[in-house]
Amino acid sequence: MSKEHFHPVFRSETSPAEQQEALPSRRSFLRRSAAVAGGGALAMAGAARATPLEIAPTSKEPGRGIPESMYGSPSKFEAYVARRRSDVLKNRQNWSDWSMTPLQYQPGIITPNGLVFERHHAGVPEIDPATHRVAIHGMVKQPLMFSMEDLVRYPSVSRFHFHECSGNGLTDWLKPSATTVQQTHGLLSGVLWTGVLASTLLDEAGLEPGAAWVLFEGADAAAHARSIPIEKVMDDAIIAYAMNGERLRAENGYPVRLVLPGWEGNTSVKWLRRIKVGDQPWHLRSETARYTDPMPDGKWRQFSMVMETKSVITNPSGGQSLKRPGFYEVTGFAWSGSGKIRAVDVSFDGGKNWREAVVEGPVMDKSLTRFKIGWNWDGKPAILMSRAVDSNGYVQPTVQDLQKSRAIVGFVQHHNGIQPWAINEKGEVRNVIGQA
Amino acid sequence: MSSARRERAVACALGAGLLAWGCASLGPDSAAGPGMAAKSRSGIPLGRSGPHEVQPVADRPHFGQPVTEADLAKWNIDVRTPDGRGLPPGRGSVAEGKKVYEAKCVACHGADAKGGSVYGPMVGGIGSFTTNARVLTPGSMYPYAPILFDYVRRAMPMDRPQSLTNEEVYAVSAYLLHLNGLVPADAVLDAKTLVAVQMPNRNGFMVDDRPDTGAQRCMTNCK
Repeated sequence: MSKEHFHPVFRSETSPAEQQEALPSRRSFLRRSAAVAGGGALAMAGAARATPLEIAPTSKEPGRGIPESMYGSPSKFEAYVARRRSDVLKNRQNWSDWSMTPLQYQPGIITPNGLVFERHHAGVPEIDPATHRVAIHGMVKQPLMFSMEDLVRYPSVSRFHFHECSGNGLTDWLKPSATTVQQTHGLLSGVLWTGVLASTLLDEAGLEPGAAWVLFEGADAAAHARSIPIEKVMDDAIIAYAMNGERLRAENGYPVRLVLPGWEGNTSVKWLRRIKVGDQPWHLRSETARYTDPMPDGKWRQFSMVMETKSVITNPSGGQSLKRPGFYEVTGFAWSGSGKIRAVDVSFDGGKNWREAVVEGPVMDKSLTRFKIGWNWDGKPAILMSRAVDSNGYVQPTVQDLQKSRAIVGFVQHHNGIQPWAINEKGEVRNVIGQA
Repeated sequence: MSSARRERAVACALGAGLLAWGCASLGPDSAAGPGMAAKSRSGIPLGRSGPHEVQPVADRPHFGQPVTEADLAKWNIDVRTPDGRGLPPGRGSVAEGKKVYEAKCVACHGADAKGGSVYGPMVGGIGSFTTNARVLTPGSMYPYAPILFDYVRRAMPMDRPQSLTNEEVYAVSAYLLHLNGLVPADAVLDAKTLVAVQMPNRNGFMVDDRPDTGAQRCMTNCK
């Protein structure tokens, strides 16, 4: 058995060792598939196959019992579905580093918790929820402190939102550097967040007149902090303690974090310790020297929080290959930090002609959204790309469009350009960003 | 009208809806919205939102424990960097900062902050932003000198953050500013003099002005 069982269309990218390991079973799988297909046709014609299909070994002995850990893990055959650190920008340490979500293996809009991307500025703290406290102070009528026990007693909200790092795609602007969609777009995950609205807690503390910005600070070794406009905080900010049906994972902010739907990931401060209300932004390192965008004439765009409308084809994507001409369902994700996905168009000829894809529900505000479109590959070279349109009518730009207004120099954030994938006669898919 | 929608409408009618456009989105075409046109009072694009259900006021219990600013004194480490609000008492010289740097920073950042085993340079880069090789250092990038104090105090040294005294943080800030040519060798920095240091990138920032593209939804013969 091989990964083709769940990814029957596109052979996934694999290391040479993995390919070696996978080959015999893949061949036998293909043989079996051919036999089944042939057998079906023969059966219709009234003829019998040479030898009947074998009884599967799993049908002839009991499976394993309930494991002692009592917390389930994916099948061992799915071990290749894992986060990976960047293979393009290699950090010399892994405390201020990131790991990326394997989007090419994610069928729905929810990223399993063990695959949600990570970005830390000084490692993952281990925080005891029994002693952790969150404070609200500054321009409030009554400074307050909350235990975790307090926070989970409040009326809660649960909302689906995408979560994306502002640096997603920063290695791939004008020329391809990364191979797979995990490396080009994997600082992206889809999560059902549960928590208490920040407005509930701030209303309890009571905002003083003139309150305009709020500082959120983490209890990690970076004490990562960001200044956030009060309008966003009071609109839809969540003080979240759970994700995808369980408490936060340590690497995603356990026991409590901020979630700012649709905004760049680092503003959703993890391991939340302190909320301070003020009348101006703080202009910290994290919002001046970092997380700002280079602009023409040596300038920097600051407080660029919203993640703009974007999409990417995940199947087929870089490093995969199409085994033979014929029908393929092309699928991917679209998302907008400023509303819902209205439409996604797909081009098979490098952007000359486009067809509207099917947008699969549920279509939710600031959430990953699935699109799909059928395609008959004729075996000739093709360039596939997707283009999202959001509920404001905003159309996803190309990198060439973005280059007209921004300076693409160094580590450039906020890349929402169209991602092209080229397919050659052999069916091999590769990243051609900036070339098509 | 659902109860959640009704509550939203009531909240808007009472003026409790903080954002006028949040109320406008109650109309039948809730898919349409102003998108990035919605901005904070400071001019920051917010993105279109909602509509969301609103919790009834009766469902807002009070579980917070009252505290005082004095209780939070050790946590209260932020500096509002343009005017230095939050900078503590204390002072430090370039010479003292060199000693602190060589004891606690040099292993990762290298001699004279020129880059080391783990991180790149913290000196130079001034004037590089108009070239195709922008070099980001505290000297070239920070618009306000207190950013250095705030960041060192909250996050450095990486293996023992929040372990330096305020005097050590002032001193190492002075040393790094001196290496960048921004204060003289005999400088002594405190809450007042640190704020007064003129940073070359003071006017290097612009507020978010996106969307900055105008892509069209062409379907045939587009290129």
